[in-house]
Amino acid sequence: MLILTCPCCGAECAETELAPGGEAHLKRFGPGSGDDEFTGYLFERKNPKGVHFERWRHAFGCGKWFHAARCTVTLEVFGTYTAQVSEPPQDILDAIRARRPGWEG
Amino acid sequence: MSEQHAGVSAATGVAGRVIDRGHLVRVEEAGLTGMIGLRGDLSSSQMAKAVRAVTGTDVPGVLRVEAGKKGRAVWMSPDELLLLVAPAEATAGLAAAEAALEGVHAMALDLSDARVVFRLKGGAVAEVLAKGAPVDLREQAFPVGTARRTHLGGIAVGLWRLGDEDWEVVCFRSLAHHLADWLEQASVSGSEVGHF
Ligand SMILES: [Zn+2]
Repeated sequence: MLILTCPCCGAECAETELAPGGEAHLKRFGPGSGDDEFTGYLFERKNPKGVHFERWRHAFGCGKWFHAARCTVTLEVFGTYTAQVSEPPQDILDAIRARRPGWEG
Repeated sequence: MSEQHAGVSAATGVAGRVIDRGHLVRVEEAGLTGMIGLRGDLSSSQMAKAVRAVTGTDVPGVLRVEAGKKGRAVWMSPDELLLLVAPAEATAGLAAAEAALEGVHAMALDLSDARVVFRLKGGAVAEVLAKGAPVDLREQAFPVGTARRTHLGGIAVGLWRLGDEDWEVVCFRSLAHHLADWLEQASVSGSEVGHF
């Protein structure tokens, strides 16, 4: 069972209270971009075995989007953080490196 | 409030329904309830004024409910509150909230028809709710004054604790019949889990 703490309201949320939003920190390529860029934006995902950054929405709760960093192998959660950033904040990176010393991002 | 409200309440099929004898808790459909939704900057002085004008309480903190003489104020999200008042006070309450929020980026709406309120009383309410909601309802995690939106019996609800043995659960009106049936079944005497 996956439990994420929503950083917007502090509630400890069961996975069933959340809506998944896929991989985090994608750069959007829209009108004016090339075919390769648009294809990459639409379809290409890291799908890592290990540390993964994701978007989630506290759907059965405060309704807000947020980010989570977790491990796709062990389901260990390294932390959750605001949706209003385009890359993981330092404290999240520190928490990951403390648990995964060899991780290179 | 108008006849329109009364008609909508009756249409749920659970208006005034009471579940008590032979059950672990007393469940009562609270009937017509004035509900005003506020959205905006919860830290603003205008919002504080609006909440005080309608309910007589302070703006509730995060995941909290404030109960006052005139009504309850429930924290719904970082920019949203739900105010519950007597049905006859909804129209005047909405006007008071709109006046307090004049000129700021905020919204006040009469949502009285949107949801149904159930009042749950008894020492076993947490025991019953925990059967269908993925929330830590132990005393230390959910003390009096805590409010939380989650799902119960498979549907979206808001639940909050007004007293040791006094809770409210709200759900969208179209699902009220299901929730009443669920509460009735989950609270049948003899079905205690005994976790708390
Ligand atoms: Zn939340």
